[in-house]
Amino acid sequence: MLRYLYNDKIIHEPALAADLTVLDYLREYKQLCGTKEGCASGDCGACTVVLAERVVSDTGVEELQYRTVNSCITFAGALQGKQLITVENLADQKTLHPSQQSMVDCHGSQCGFCTPGFVMSIFSAMKSHSEQEADREFIDEQLGGNLCRCTGYRPIVDAAVQAMGQATQADKFSRNAKATLAQLKELAATDSADQSCNGFFRPQTVTELCQLRADYPQAVVLSGGTDLALRVTQNLDSLDQIIMLGEIAELKFFDVESELIRIGAGLSLTEFRKRIADLCPDLEELLVRFGGTQVRNQATVGGNFANASPVGDLPPVLIALNTSVVLQSIRGQRSISAEEFFISYKNTSMQTDEFVREFSIPRSAFAATDKSQRVINRFYKISKRLDDDISAVCAAIHLVMEGETVVEVSTGFGGMAEIPKRALALEAVLVGRVLDNSCIEDSRQALKQDFAPIDDVRASAGYRMQVCENLLYRLASEIYSPEVATRVTAHDS
Amino acid sequence: MTAKAHDSAVKHVSGSAQYVDDAIDTDCKHIAIGGSTIAYGKIVSMDLAGVRNSEGVIDVITVEDIPGHVDIGPVFNGDPLLTSEQIEFHGQAVFAVMAETQAQARRAVKQAKVDYSQDKPVLELADAIKKQFYVRPPHQMKRGEAAQELGNSVHRLAGRVTVGGQEHFYLEGQVAAASVDEDGGIHLLSSNQNPTEAQKLVAEVLNISMKDVLLETRRLGGGFGGKETQANACCCFAALFALRNRCKTVCRLSRRDDMVMTGKRHEFINEYDVAFDSDGFINAIHYKLAGNCGSSPDLSDAIVDRAMFHCDNAYHYPNVLIDGLRCKTHTVSNTAFRGFGGPQGMLAAEAAIDEVAFALHKDPLDVRKQNFYSEGQLTPYHQAITDFTVPRMVEELEASSDYRSRRAAIRAFNKASPILKKGISLTPVKFGISFTATHLNQAGALLHLYTDGTLHLNHGGIEMGQGLFMKVAQVVSNELGLPVSSMKISATRTDKVPNTSATAASSGSDLNGMAALVAARKIKQRLLDHIVESTGCESAAVSFNSTGVEISGAPVMSWAELANSAWMARVSLSVTGFYKTPEIYYDRENAKGRPFLYYANGAAVSEVIIDTLTGESKILRTDIIHDVGSSINPAIDIGQIEGGFIQGVGWLTTEELKWNAEGRLLSDGPATYKIPAIGDAPHEFNVQLLADCPNPAPTVMRSKAVGEPPLMLALSVWCAIRDAVAAAGDYQYFPPLNAPATAEEILRCVREVSKTG
Repeated sequence: MLRYLYNDKIIHEPALAADLTVLDYLREYKQLCGTKEGCASGDCGACTVVLAERVVSDTGVEELQYRTVNSCITFAGALQGKQLITVENLADQKTLHPSQQSMVDCHGSQCGFCTPGFVMSIFSAMKSHSEQEADREFIDEQLGGNLCRCTGYRPIVDAAVQAMGQATQADKFSRNAKATLAQLKELAATDSADQSCNGFFRPQTVTELCQLRADYPQAVVLSGGTDLALRVTQNLDSLDQIIMLGEIAELKFFDVESELIRIGAGLSLTEFRKRIADLCPDLEELLVRFGGTQVRNQATVGGNFANASPVGDLPPVLIALNTSVVLQSIRGQRSISAEEFFISYKNTSMQTDEFVREFSIPRSAFAATDKSQRVINRFYKISKRLDDDISAVCAAIHLVMEGETVVEVSTGFGGMAEIPKRALALEAVLVGRVLDNSCIEDSRQALKQDFAPIDDVRASAGYRMQVCENLLYRLASEIYSPEVATRVTAHDS
Repeated sequence: MTAKAHDSAVKHVSGSAQYVDDAIDTDCKHIAIGGSTIAYGKIVSMDLAGVRNSEGVIDVITVEDIPGHVDIGPVFNGDPLLTSEQIEFHGQAVFAVMAETQAQARRAVKQAKVDYSQDKPVLELADAIKKQFYVRPPHQMKRGEAAQELGNSVHRLAGRVTVGGQEHFYLEGQVAAASVDEDGGIHLLSSNQNPTEAQKLVAEVLNISMKDVLLETRRLGGGFGGKETQANACCCFAALFALRNRCKTVCRLSRRDDMVMTGKRHEFINEYDVAFDSDGFINAIHYKLAGNCGSSPDLSDAIVDRAMFHCDNAYHYPNVLIDGLRCKTHTVSNTAFRGFGGPQGMLAAEAAIDEVAFALHKDPLDVRKQNFYSEGQLTPYHQAITDFTVPRMVEELEASSDYRSRRAAIRAFNKASPILKKGISLTPVKFGISFTATHLNQAGALLHLYTDGTLHLNHGGIEMGQGLFMKVAQVVSNELGLPVSSMKISATRTDKVPNTSATAASSGSDLNGMAALVAARKIKQRLLDHIVESTGCESAAVSFNSTGVEISGAPVMSWAELANSAWMARVSLSVTGFYKTPEIYYDRENAKGRPFLYYANGAAVSEVIIDTLTGESKILRTDIIHDVGSSINPAIDIGQIEGGFIQGVGWLTTEELKWNAEGRLLSDGPATYKIPAIGDAPHEFNVQLLADCPNPAPTVMRSKAVGEPPLMLALSVWCAIRDAVAAAGDYQYFPPLNAPATAEEILRCVREVSKTG
């Protein structure tokens, strides 16, 4: 039994397949065709819908939290207990919502096929942010996961600016908020006992998850699902048993302790980015370019890591930051280094009954304990398109420096091998050295020992190698000549 | 005229605008196409039992099941709906399956067992050029004595540039839905730029007559040329299965199938050999433009021709020779894409100008201006240039964008910035308007005035986002006085307006707007005659406005009263309008004539920044002035300019098509094929329409076509990137930049021009 709120109606669905996507559910089961399929792979945003959830703050205040997701890569089971808002729901009687009216006023639609997705992203931005935040960077970020092939985006930017001007004004959603919260609360109360439906399992606790993992070794573990769902929509696989982690509160934490930063595997990338911003400002550029907003809302730290893609962006970061990974199963917990997790292409040291529970990063990865030392972290994402693209090369470099000399180093690279990997030969060269030209020359040779990348659709092997070498120049320049501009992403006219 | 919103704007934002896949019934059956898994060779055996036995499958067809014509090539043969034996590209349709659900149909396709004998394919354009492997014979344009003059000049240089193709990536993929009428005829809903052609092809494939095939298209979720011929296969499959099984069908390609199985913009390898004097005047030039047509002719003859028509861009060549090659490779057949070869030809012109300027250490803008056409000069195809607005626009843009001082500032920035480099370029666009196949320059419209004073408007044009329906309605409203709100703008249907041309070649509002205007004038005349007859007033005293009719300034009847009164007097209130473009002709054999009624012009200046360590780039600012004549709807026109520009930017920067060594497309989805995202649109983006410049040619309301020309404004970005790359070598070497200028391509060129790299 799936129960969720569609606009203001509670919907019961007794018998949906575990691997039915929200998009197909809307279009084929509910004949709600306002939400469009552009790619069925979470890359274009035409199918964007908004999910609202009831959250209760530490002080006991309850509020609705809105976020966009790509419905094409969201399984219907994930709607459980949430409010689903689609483009058909936005207007208040015959009055368009400001997110819609602004698109009309600013000529933001041409062919109109991407438009519902943009409208939903603008709506979500209005619900989650204030007018003051709405500069161009903010709008680029909020709408970076929505592709338009007609307009060239300028009128859509204008529309988003206009709509954000009305973000704080009351609308039917704010007026109905009390009733919606009450409905969501009721759903939560009645549904916690009913956690499986046609092979779609929704454990509420880590203990339940351990048991399910042991009982159903064939089941796939669904975290954000932004990659997993492609098995259904692109490879046409059937997933008969899915264990969804999304409702396990125990996996969604970010704790700053005296020695460690502990991060729950279920934390979304959006949340992770928010929480780590002050500790590690240099990570911001990489995280804002990690998928589109919809993907970051859905994808999790644990999912991106455990997915073990050679071109994922978090594995190199976590490896370079000397992260330990806690793996859990019904048999207990064990901790390994992030680096040890990856064995060969898509093959990890995780046992069939295990799952990734949490990560811990030593605080020394961000700030030196010894006053004579300083920590430098650099995360370089190089991709064909600046936004919402998969890296050709991702380089994460953690240095501890004393004066001009490197005293400690750890690295993580994506796109350079069949797994996310440290560059051990490079690290050996760097330790004890000043990053001068001779050191960089030696480093380039070392990189050739560390990596033999491949040609693929994103980049040639030669380009990957060259960029890796050149990034060492960028690193040296950023350390020794911080006044020299090194990134096109920082430039804005 | 007014900046009215798109006719469907409110429906777009509400999710109520219906596209084909939104309109299908729940009992509709779903079709999927089985494509070849090799690029070139023959089918040895095919076992489809697994497909037939797959869950939900209702029907499976191969070429033997096609009752009529197998070939659906639009102009020449070469595009079998299903292949019988010969495989010409990876993904070529081998069989098709219909099942209860889409997932079942797509899963069934995977159960096919097809054995092939493979031959060695020709996959590279350079290889095809070398082998003289063509889909159509080469063609030449000539004026003056280029061969001789090339030998006589002070300076001479030769260059070569590769221009990549482009995937349309319309957000709505290819789709058609069919149902069968009581006579065994077919009614198709199709996302299609060319319903008449689809009607004809479906009739031929089914071996029925055109009267028994009705095509209906309300709107497209993007077309860009990709649904001019490539939409026909889905129509044929949907119709074929519907008729065989007497059921409703839909054929909708998955994004991957769409990208693999349908044609794209042509890749070109362009060579130029140019002679010029020390001031930068070009005296003679020889172009060799080689288009990669893929496996069949499709529209490639006209596309390569249009590349040839545009390798002059805005520049006069006293002596010119242009060779156009239509090369064959074993890849999917390439097709129309916004600009239709024009952009690839124009890029050659801009590359040549840049290289000439570089050789003379001049600002490329000066060399561009020096070589602009003067009034009356002849193009390589002997059309006289008149009313040439490019020089004026370039002057205005140079001043308004502060080009000179910014260029100086960029040089200073580059001196001080060791890693990041900036570049700037100002490029013009002159784009010929009319189908170069003269017979296509015709259109029809149909108006019905009802007795309540409301109007039904139809024409042969397709609404694919470009705002055509609103523009045509505004033309009719302007003529009649009747407000647009009193008009029903409905789907384009082959039973309303027959024998139409594709909505293509930027011609949509020129042709259909004029046909609708002709119809509106007819109906207006009938109403006028009726008023004069029934009231005895002078016809000069009668005027129409939004509320109705006035005589000598005094309101006498509302539109409803007028329409009803005319009906009572037995006046026909249904009219057709027909238009054919005047004055154009072209003698292709001698490559002489006036293929274009006029030219649409524009100019853009772009500033970019590149990272010389990674090749990443970003547009910092773009300024555009574009000439749309007297705009029918400035908001829609600006939308076309900005959208065309960004689409061109994608083509020239991040959009890279990649195949593997076996000829399989690797960039087969948005995860690997990167069209511009919102952050790629320049944060400083100034777009202006050229003021006070009605089209001197007799076009509808003196407007100019705007669909394709702005795409080529993006050449300013490509040239600016080259300028930035040159800075990495301290302007000592001309960067051999190809398109698209991906990060990888930029880094390659940076290394070429910098000795230390």
